[in-house]
Amino acid sequence: MFKLKNWKEVPIGGAVDQPGSAMENKTGSWRVERPVWNSEKCIHCLRCWVYCPDMSVNTLDGKITGINYDYCKGCGICAQVCPEKVKAITMQPEQ
Amino acid sequence: MAKIVATTGNSAMAYAMKQINPDVCAAYPITPSTQVMEEFSKYVADGVVNTNLVTVESEHSAMSACIGAAAAGGRVLTATSANGMALMWEMLYIAAGMRLPIVMALVNRALSAPINIHCDHSDSFGARDSGWIQLYSENAQEAYDNLIQAVRISEHPDVRLPVMVCQDGFIISHSIERMEYLEDDEVRKFIGDYKPMYALLDIDKPVTLGSLDLQDYYIEHKRQEAEAMKLATPVITAVAKDFEKMTGRAYGLFETYHLDDAEVGIVAVNSAAGTIKEIIDQYRRKGIKVGLLKPRLYRPFPTEAYVKALGHLKAITVLDRVDSFGAMAGPLMLEVRAALYDLPKRPVTIGKIYGLGGRDLEESHCQYVIDELVQIAASGKYRELCEYITVRE
Repeated sequence: MFKLKNWKEVPIGGAVDQPGSAMENKTGSWRVERPVWNSEKCIHCLRCWVYCPDMSVNTLDGKITGINYDYCKGCGICAQVCPEKVKAITMQPEQ
Repeated sequence: MAKIVATTGNSAMAYAMKQINPDVCAAYPITPSTQVMEEFSKYVADGVVNTNLVTVESEHSAMSACIGAAAAGGRVLTATSANGMALMWEMLYIAAGMRLPIVMALVNRALSAPINIHCDHSDSFGARDSGWIQLYSENAQEAYDNLIQAVRISEHPDVRLPVMVCQDGFIISHSIERMEYLEDDEVRKFIGDYKPMYALLDIDKPVTLGSLDLQDYYIEHKRQEAEAMKLATPVITAVAKDFEKMTGRAYGLFETYHLDDAEVGIVAVNSAAGTIKEIIDQYRRKGIKVGLLKPRLYRPFPTEAYVKALGHLKAITVLDRVDSFGAMAGPLMLEVRAALYDLPKRPVTIGKIYGLGGRDLEESHCQYVIDELVQIAASGKYRELCEYITVRE
């Protein structure tokens, strides 16, 4: 967890003066189930990347490279939209 | 060089707005402040100001547009009264909470129902807890001077809070009196250029404003707001000092009239103070030591300064032109009385509710108040903690 600041340290009026500062808040800790991606089954259709409501499906040069567990909240949409005949993503309980 | 004119409180505020020349003004005119916008819109139409005048469909939209424009980095002014300000209610708190320096010309008027367009202070006193600084004005000159000073106060880096400048509807807003206008360039120099702290239109420094702020930060931001209110008091004093250097007209946290050697005193804001001063003169001629404290500030409430000014009195009557229905007394009375509580020997403090819906405070009412104060000072006892005056019993 990042450190919560006191009232003298935060910008006034709730202004967020650092773009992209949400990156500091690693929301992956909310997850109950984690998507597990199987690189051998994946056909790189990118449907999971399109549907992910966060930006937690990592890609490189148009190919899936994995899941970003720092921010993935485990909603399961990626597993749901993965084509029926592929099913490269499965949801598994967090330990 | 000052220009001496005969004009109304509303024209004086419109003229101050012209001289301030804000970037944006969004308003929805309402009686008795209508004339402020009517005259200001003429200045816009005549091209004597560069203001983007946004004509909106309600006061809620007016304050919303002011908030948007201020968040974008503009210097923003508006004007309203009573039910108009009531419709802005939600946005008043948002303007203050987002720490946006917006200045409002508020022409005090009674809130409906029954419907009434005349003066009382239920609008601004109701907005006591909204986070707006409130400056009160006895006459057109003070309304004009306060509006110009409000810009500096509001935009000060320690403050960054919206300011409402209050004057009495009709009694001041529509009465013609002698006053002095500054030159345009004097006002421009006094207020200086506006430097926004965060501006949405500053693409080199991108910011997010108005984001969700839950259990883990909301109270930190409210603590900052409380601090800004505390820091506003010295800023208001400093701005007044600068203003005095330019105009010779002295402003502070309050004005006193024959208070230093007084045994009994009255506390009242806005135009009633003028009437009270006249009656104090009558009583002084009879050798009765009565004085007046006319607060300029209700928010922030400069407790220490008020206690210092009032602490030596034997008895005080606080006049409220507003009722907090079901409370012990009117809001100003309660706060003055509470402020004096820690004194080892405190004045007997009572309250009167007067003048609701524009009912005049007449000579006889002031005499009644002072006569009663003299009795209280002698006996140490009061009859009623708070009663209505200026009403048919």
